[in-house]
Amino acid sequence: MANEHGQKWDRCLADSAVKIATGLGVGIVFSVLFFKRRTWPVAFGSGVGLGMGYSNCQQDFRSPYQLHGHRVKEQ
Amino acid sequence: MLRVCLKGANSAARKCLCGNGVPLHPLQQCRSYTSGGSGSSAGKIVAASVLTMGGGVGGTILYANWDPKFRANVEKSIPYSDQVFGLALGPAAPPPVINKPRKVEPVQISSMSEVWKDSKQPKAKEVQRKAEQPDAEGPPAPAPQETLEAAAKCTECEHEPAVKERPEGEVAARLAEQDKAEQDLLTSLSSNLEDALGSTAKVTLQAIGAQEAALQAIAQHTRQLREAMEAEAPPDKKSTQWRVLEDALSERSRSVDEAGAAVLKAKAELDKLRGVIDGAKHLKIAAARPSILAAEENLHSMVVDLDSVVTRVQTAQSEAKIVSQYSELVNEAKAQFQKELNSITPEIQANWKGLRKLTQDDLNSLIAHAHRRIDQLNRELAEQRVREQIHIDSALEQQKLEDKKALEVAISTALEHNREQMRLEQEKKVEETREVMEAEMRTQLRRQAAAHTDHLRDVLKVQEQELRSEAEEILNSSLMEKETEYRRLTQDQLDSFTLDMNAAYARLKGMEEAIDSHVIAEEEARKAHQLWLSVEALNYTLKTAALNDPTEPLEGAVQAIKESCAEDEFAQALATALPSESLSRGVYSEASLRARFYTIRQLARRVALIDETRNSLYQYFLSYLQAMLLFEKAQEAPPAKLSAEDLDTFKLLSYAAYSLEHGDLELAAKLVNQLKGESRRVAQDWLKEARLTLETKQVVSLLSAYANAVGLGTTMAP
Repeated sequence: MANEHGQKWDRCLADSAVKIATGLGVGIVFSVLFFKRRTWPVAFGSGVGLGMGYSNCQQDFRSPYQLHGHRVKEQ
Repeated sequence: MLRVCLKGANSAARKCLCGNGVPLHPLQQCRSYTSGGSGSSAGKIVAASVLTMGGGVGGTILYANWDPKFRANVEKSIPYSDQVFGLALGPAAPPPVINKPRKVEPVQISSMSEVWKDSKQPKAKEVQRKAEQPDAEGPPAPAPQETLEAAAKCTECEHEPAVKERPEGEVAARLAEQDKAEQDLLTSLSSNLEDALGSTAKVTLQAIGAQEAALQAIAQHTRQLREAMEAEAPPDKKSTQWRVLEDALSERSRSVDEAGAAVLKAKAELDKLRGVIDGAKHLKIAAARPSILAAEENLHSMVVDLDSVVTRVQTAQSEAKIVSQYSELVNEAKAQFQKELNSITPEIQANWKGLRKLTQDDLNSLIAHAHRRIDQLNRELAEQRVREQIHIDSALEQQKLEDKKALEVAISTALEHNREQMRLEQEKKVEETREVMEAEMRTQLRRQAAAHTDHLRDVLKVQEQELRSEAEEILNSSLMEKETEYRRLTQDQLDSFTLDMNAAYARLKGMEEAIDSHVIAEEEARKAHQLWLSVEALNYTLKTAALNDPTEPLEGAVQAIKESCAEDEFAQALATALPSESLSRGVYSEASLRARFYTIRQLARRVALIDETRNSLYQYFLSYLQAMLLFEKAQEAPPAKLSAEDLDTFKLLSYAAYSLEHGDLELAAKLVNQLKGESRRVAQDWLKEARLTLETKQVVSLLSAYANAVGLGTTMAP
């Protein structure tokens, strides 16, 4: 159980890195392809990637505290 | 020495007395009690008196031992002296019994001696000598017999005064004995008598026969002699006659001798018989009387016969004497004549037979001589006639005298015989009367005896009854006693036996129980041992935890425990109370947990701010920053009570660290359990492990404690 935190961080960072890289890549691709080598898609893509990674990381870290509720309709 | 002691004691007493301070009569009390000078003389006097007394008593006893009369006197005069004498000498000897022997009556064999006196023979002296011998033998023979019998009687009478009344059975026995003895005596006596009678009769008959023969011989001889004297037979016949006469004489003498010897024998036998009869008479057995009487009669008759025969022989002998005298005279005359003849005719032989050879002268002379002789003889005859008358008268007188004597003798013998006869008759009558009396007495005695026996019978019956009842009583009582005793004994025996049996049984039971309990205890001990061993095994398995690895799964050991304590519910419960993960996976050791804690602590520090509400990444950043910047004590002693401030993560962690460092995993777990939020979540794993370990440890400790307790309980303390 103590390793979970570490693992989470590993996953998180790995995931973030991937996302950032992917975002960067996509950004680059887009920037190259569509936006005439502007830098804003790269940034945007990496930012998206970072954001997604951050969000995933957070989600991963929050996951134990997530409550899943069910609505029970009264009949 | 005694004096010294006394003096010492006295001085001590004096000191004591004087020391007590009694000055009233000091002289009196301190007077010496021992008088030294007079003591020895007093002792001497005492010793002398003791010696005298002893000497007197000893001398008395010695003399009493020697002289019984003195002893009796002393016993009579001094009381209790008989006991002293009895102690010293023994009981006095009884007085001797004085013997009074009966007078011995001399036996009268008068007729015998008379008979002996009458028989005068040429060999009378020898015969008399012979007669004297048996005569002497006769009386002494019966006499000693009599004395013996008298002595026997004396012993009997001696016994009688000494004997007191004997018991009836003994009396009867004695009577029977006496009867038997009498019978025996009687039979012996009768046999003796018969024998004696027989022998005597035989001998007497022999004697009588001999006497008869003698008589005959004498008569013959006499006759022959007379014939020879009177008959002038021719000379040759004369010589034969003389020879015959000589033969007859010799015969006569022989027969007379024989008769004499026979008479001797007969008389001896008669003496014997008389002696036997007297002996029998002296025995005084009533039943023998008739036989005695008969024997006496026989004896008497024999004596009579013998006497008669003897008298006949005597008369014959006297006749023969006369005849022999006559023959002597004749022979004398003849001899004289012969002498004369020889004187006249010397050459002629004095023999009647040679008469024919004589000459005429001789014959004439002879005739003359004969005539002269005849004349002489005639004269002598006349003279003789005259003298004869005188002689005859004198002879008659002599004869008368002799006859008188003989008559007297005969009378006396007849009287004797008569007397004897009378005596015998009297005795017979006496015997008869005695018999009658005896019979009467017997009947009376019988009557008396019958009455006595009746009385005795009655008395005996009564006595018998009494005795029987007594005896029965005694028997019953003794029987009862014995029975009760026996019962008691058997009961005692039974009781003791039962007791023993019970005791043994109880002991046996006790032993069995002890053994069972022992067995049980040993079983229990074994089980406890096993349990303990298995618990030890479990403990050991707990120790096998490596640093970061859990222990081996405890399942095996727990299984062993479960097996070892199949009946023990507590152990079973405990064994089942172990957490399953410890069984399957094993538990971590405290060291590993401690080690892990530090990582947990770091992590928990880092995520100290994160909880349900704050769990963004920013918060994470912030908590990391806090962890970096906040410094707390590495270990802090937790207080006894946690306050609200102490629920801070860092504090808790430091507390837990402290308690862990001090080996209190439980407290650390408790403290860690107070963490909140993410720190809690992070420490959850550790907490679970810690909980497992704690649980397992608790159970195991319980088990071991239980095993120890059981082991201690089952262990027999010496």
